[in-house]
Order: sequence, then C-alpha cells, then structure tokens
Amino acid sequence: MDAVKRYFRSPAAVVGLVLLLIVIVMAISASWIYPREPLALAGRPLIWPFSNPRFLLGTDNSGRDIAAQIFYGARISLLIGGVATAIAIAIGILIGAFAGYYGGWIDNILMRITEAFQTLPNFVLLLVLVAVFGSTLTTVTIAVGVVSWPAPARLTRAEFLSLRNREFVQAARTLGMRDIQLILREILPNALPPVIVYASVVMAVAILLESALAFLRLSDPNVASWGNLIGLGRDVLRVQWYVSAIPGVAILVTVLAVSLVGQGLNDALNPRLKGR
Amino acid sequence: MNEPFAAILTLERLSVRLPAGADRPHALSDVSLAIRANEILCVVGESGSGKSIMANAIMQLLPREVTIDGGRVMFEGRDLATASAAEMRNVRGAGIAMIFQEPMTALNPLRTIGDQIGEMFSIHTDLSRAAIRARMLALLEDVRIPDPEAAARAYPHELSGGQRQRAMIAMALALDPRVLIADEPTTALDVTTQAQILALIRDLQRRKKTAVLFITHDFGVVAEIADRVAVMQQGSIAEEGQAASVLNNPQHPYTRRLIAAVPPLTSPPARKLSEHAILTIDNVSKTYRSGGFLGRGSRVTLAVKNVSLRLPQGATLGIVGESGSGKSTLARCIVRLIDPDAGSIVLDGKDWAKMTREDVRRETRHIQMVFQDPFASLNPRRKAGDLVAQGPIVHGTPSAKAIADANELFALVGLDPSVSDRFPHEFSGGQRQRIALARALALHPEVLVADEAVSALDVSVQAQVLQLLAELRQRLGLSIVFITHDLRVAAQICDLVAVMKDGEVVEQGLAGEVFGRPRHPYTRALLDSIPGGDFAKRSAPPLPT
Repeated sequence: MDAVKRYFRSPAAVVGLVLLLIVIVMAISASWIYPREPLALAGRPLIWPFSNPRFLLGTDNSGRDIAAQIFYGARISLLIGGVATAIAIAIGILIGAFAGYYGGWIDNILMRITEAFQTLPNFVLLLVLVAVFGSTLTTVTIAVGVVSWPAPARLTRAEFLSLRNREFVQAARTLGMRDIQLILREILPNALPPVIVYASVVMAVAILLESALAFLRLSDPNVASWGNLIGLGRDVLRVQWYVSAIPGVAILVTVLAVSLVGQGLNDALNPRLKGR
Repeated sequence: MNEPFAAILTLERLSVRLPAGADRPHALSDVSLAIRANEILCVVGESGSGKSIMANAIMQLLPREVTIDGGRVMFEGRDLATASAAEMRNVRGAGIAMIFQEPMTALNPLRTIGDQIGEMFSIHTDLSRAAIRARMLALLEDVRIPDPEAAARAYPHELSGGQRQRAMIAMALALDPRVLIADEPTTALDVTTQAQILALIRDLQRRKKTAVLFITHDFGVVAEIADRVAVMQQGSIAEEGQAASVLNNPQHPYTRRLIAAVPPLTSPPARKLSEHAILTIDNVSKTYRSGGFLGRGSRVTLAVKNVSLRLPQGATLGIVGESGSGKSTLARCIVRLIDPDAGSIVLDGKDWAKMTREDVRRETRHIQMVFQDPFASLNPRRKAGDLVAQGPIVHGTPSAKAIADANELFALVGLDPSVSDRFPHEFSGGQRQRIALARALALHPEVLVADEAVSALDVSVQAQVLQLLAELRQRLGLSIVFITHDLRVAAQICDLVAVMKDGEVVEQGLAGEVFGRPRHPYTRALLDSIPGGDFAKRSAPPLPT
C-alpha cells in the first residue's frame, strides 16, 4: 500500500497514468462513439481537420474518418502492446529464471541463445518473421513478443544470480523446499519489481515496432491501426501532413504515458533508488 | 595522564533531525562534547544510538534528508555546522580526517594505493611528484605495511583487510590532521588484525599528538584504546568520563547494562556430557577450484581439510576461527548446502555426506540452520507466521496445523503470537533472529547449526539470544553446532570448542580447557588479541544455564 501512496506522490507518474487511462477509454468507447466500420469510406478524401463538424480530425486519402481510425487504432496498439509484452516477459522470466538459478551449463546454453537473438536487430528479425508467417494481427503480435524477450531474460537472470545465494534462499533450502518452490515462491517475488518496471519499456517498444511495420505496409492491412494510417499518409505528406501527424501524436502520447507509468512504478517499487 | 591539552573540536548542543517517519525525531539531541589534542575519545553505543551520525555531522557528510537543526561544531574558531562547501573541503583531510569501517568500499578499486594516497598531497599541497612519492612511501612505512614499494603499486583487492585499513590510515594521516575520526575502523577485521590496528592507531596518535574520535560498539575496544569515553543512548550522551572510571565504576544504568552484557571470557563450569555422539564428522574435506580453462591457471583453495569432530547428544560444540578459516564452509557442508568432497557426516546412522540431494531434502528436518544476518535470512515478502509455518508445510503438515504450531513457537522464542501477521522489516534485529530460530525449530530438529547467529546483534540483544539458546537446549534436548569468530560468545555457550585455522582444526577440547590452558600457539594468539582482555575476564556473571 505504501507503494501506491508513493506512486501518487509523483506528478509525472500521475500524468502518465491519466494519459494511459484516456487511451484505454478511447479503445473501450470506440464502437459506441463510432458505430460504423472505421475502414469504410465516409466522405470526401483529404478533408482538413476542424473544417467539417462530421469529421473532427478530417479524412485520409481514401475518405475514411481519421478520428474513428484513431479510436479503433488505440485498441490495436494496446492489444499488441499488452499481449506482445506479456509474451516477451513470460519467455524472458522463464529463460532468465532457469539460467540464473541453475547456472553452469544450463546458463551457458540459455545465454548463448539469448545472445544470438540479441545480436540480430529486432526489427530485421521481425521483418523475417512477418515475411515467413504472414501479417495477420495474431502473427504480428506474437512476432513482436518473440523478438522482445532477450532483455527481460537478462534482467531476470541478473536478479536471480544475486538472489539465489542470499541467506533467505539458503534458509528455505535447508527447510527442504524443492527447486521449483524456491524459484517460484522465494526468489521470483523478490526478482519481479525491476522486471515489471522494464515491462513498460517493452510495451512502448512493442507499440513502436508495430507502427514501424505498418508504416512499411507490412502489418495487417485489414485493421485500423495508427501505423497503417501513418503509412497511408506518407503519400500525401508534403501537403496533407495531418494524415500522418495525427496518428503520430497518438503514438507519441501512448508511448510517453507508458514510459511515465513505468518510471513511476520504478520509483514506487524501489523507493531507495529515487533521487539518486 | 598527560598534561591537559586544549579542546580542539567542540560540539555545542548539537542536534540532528531525522526525516519524518524515523523511529525518533532527532538522531542527536543536544550533544555537547569536547575532543582534546593528544587523547583518544571513544564514543560507544549500540546500533541506532546516533554515533555514526555524529561523525558524519562533524564532516558535513549527512544524507540529504538528515539535517543539523541546532547547535554548533567548533573547530579552529569556525562553526563547521554552517561552513560552506568550499570551507569544508579545506577542513576535510587537512584539518579533520576520517577512516571508515570497511576499507574495501572506502578505497577506489580502480586505482593503486600509492596513487590514492598521493592524491591527498596533490589536492591540498603543491609538492613535486618526486616529493609526493617520497612522502607517500614514508607514510606507508609509518603504518607498518610490509614492503611499502609493492603496496604502493597494489590495487585495493590485492591487499588483505588489515593492510587495506593500514593504507586508509596512511591516507587519513597524510596531511597531519589535528583530528582523526575513526568510525568502527576495526569492526570488519579479524581479532588478531584488530589488535594490530588498534596498537597502530594508539602508537601513531601518541607520536603525532593527534586528537582521535573513535567510534565503536565494543567495550573491549574501549578498554584497549580509550583515554576518555562517552556512552551514547538514543541520540544523547548518557555518561562521559575517564575510561578507567566509566569502565570500572559506571554511574548511568544504561552503561551498567551495556557493560554487564559483555560476555566474560571465562566459561561457566563444565556440564556433564552424554557418551552418545549424535553427530560425527569424520575427515571431511572441501576444495574450491576457480578460474582456469582445462585445468590451466586455475586456483585451488582447500577450504576444509580433513576435519573430524564429534558432537555429544545435548551438547554445544563451538567452532571458532577467523574469516577464511573454513568454519562457515564446514557448517554448510553439515547441512549440505555445500557438498563435501570427502569424509562422512553421520547423524542417526545415516551418512549425510553421501546422501543424494533428494534424500537430503526429505531428511532435512533432522538438522536445521540459523544464519548470521537476520536482515538477510528472512524473505522480505513473507509474513512472520508464514516464514515459520512453511517448513512443516513443505514436509506435509496441513497448513492450519502448521500455523497453529507457529504461534506456539513464537511463544517459545519469546515473541507475542500476534506478530505472525507482520513482515520481517517491522521487527528489530533481535526479534528477527528469534523468528529465524522459530523457523528452524518448527521442524523439531535434533541438531541445530548456528552460523554466527549472534554476531550481527548488539551486545544486550546478543546476551538475550544466547540465554534463549541455552534455555531451548535444555528444554528441547537440542544439540548445537555453534560457529562464531567471537571467543567471548563461544566461552559462554559452548561445552566443547574446536579452533579452526586455514581449514584445519588446530585444537579441540572442553571449552574451559581450551580457553583456560590453550595448547596451540594460534589459540593463544587469538586469546591474547581479544581487545580489553583483562576487562572482559572479570566483568559480568556468567549466563544462567
């Protein structure tokens, strides 16, 4: 409970949380506010924002409502961000925990695999995965998760390495606990806070990766995503720059919100490190 | 005594405020103290008494949220409490120097010793490089480091703890400061090294007529080194006076209590020991190998060499030795946290040294361990009741019964059963060690291995925990392997003592015999190194057993 109090003491963390809540509300309310299919043609193409009350944020080059796409896009960004992060953190904790706890040859093998993933640029690996498995929403989400696990794995491993020889773990071992109990019940709860904080970074990167993929028109074209909209706006960037700029701002705000929340969590969960 | 010198450093009604939410509003309240040239003033107190805060307040080294909110620190006509950062830089090192508890963390690991001492001169003086080097070597000679040339070239990790502390002292004395503040400078050192460092500080202080403010928790050290003593309690000075009068004739009840809690070095009369050995350790060895590829350039450390010991039923076997003697490795071999390379450890007819890991896990309730640091040995995310109940639950006791049993155990170790809902950080060190003890006892072990179980505790708390151990031994028929570096503690609780050095047992026997008539020269050296030896021998009655 102290952590909750400490979190709300930081203005930046509160701002981040409010921004994130706004994005979440947008995602939830999208189908009430814009009951029509967001990718359907709605009016004349390339209407400037604030010039037509029916299309508050204007229309894109094929005459689709930008505001509706922003609202529905929030769903996609949060979905990809959330699910991909969950996948990345789950793989990361699993590999990091085993490598850090057992050490020796298990650690060697798992860490060489992790390094192999780390030496490849994320985005190149993502392009390969999407090229091989296609670019539906499901494959893109899984692919983003699969390229993001090495950093959480290394972080978890480092925490496990420093915790596994602590006296309280040795004490639990002398009580007769099995390895799996030691890993899950003794070490993991103490190793989690930095990993949770790092999850916010993974989430921000996951949202950006999907947007970058969509910008190259390699993401799922059948869903309204912010990246798709930026990709479309590329063709009319010099004159109707707003088509790319509006979803750009949405991505910026979401990533900023996630980062601020992450920083706030960090300060709340590790109070002693604050202010250093 | 020498002729009285003028006061050099004076604290006048100094108060230091703690941040909101601390256990008390002021770390120091209205502390007045004068330190004179050519004397050693010992400030002694338990942890949390504010003695280190005082040293840091003088040097303006307080953490940001802790502030001086009253009084003055007068040094050479200036008030250091209000001095600017630039003024403080001139005072630190040149006027007042400081040495710390842990020389490894106080030295920069990436620079040589010579470089770091030379820096004192290059910052505060404009001597030439050759002159600085000459002064630096002279200083290392002064603090009696063997081979000063080599020490100057060494990095901190290449020196032993004692040599590092010597280097720290050389650095502190480089500019002939008028005041030297020593904050627990020997606490992290072994007893034989401690005796050497104390002698060195005493000797240098006499030669240079420095005023020394020596902070310690150990009355033995006070008896060894102090001219005057100030006893601190809860941020104020309880008693102040000449060392001899405070130690022999304490006035304040707190001082009396502290001195009474210092265990004497004489053992209580020997108890009758059982013929039946519950634990027999025979020729146990453990070797560590590190580094090297395919056996080349690897380092081999013989941590435990052919140790044979016998623990009679219901007795306490003390294993004493300095750091690196292998006593903790041996303890961990006994409970199989470490696998011994050779030998046998027989408990109840089963050889623990040869059991498989899974068998050890199942049999582990017969032998339990209590660890040194009660702040590290309790999982911070579990409640006290959980911590005590988890052992029996792992071995198949239904959780409702385990929790009910835990409450009984709390009463047994002197805690209120209502504590079971609290987290470890809500307890003091002594209470935490009681929880750790309850956790070990929850499995009803026959043998308890206590690894430095009272070393991290203040003397008054230490005495209580020792008494509790003695009571439990009687009541539950426990047999205890008690590992400690503190011979006074060993003398109190142990029936049998084994002295370890470099992985070998050099002497063993009844506690009274080993301490009263030591046969091995190393045992004699250990006993002679105990600070304030005479003082410790005749204070305080033995614990009731």
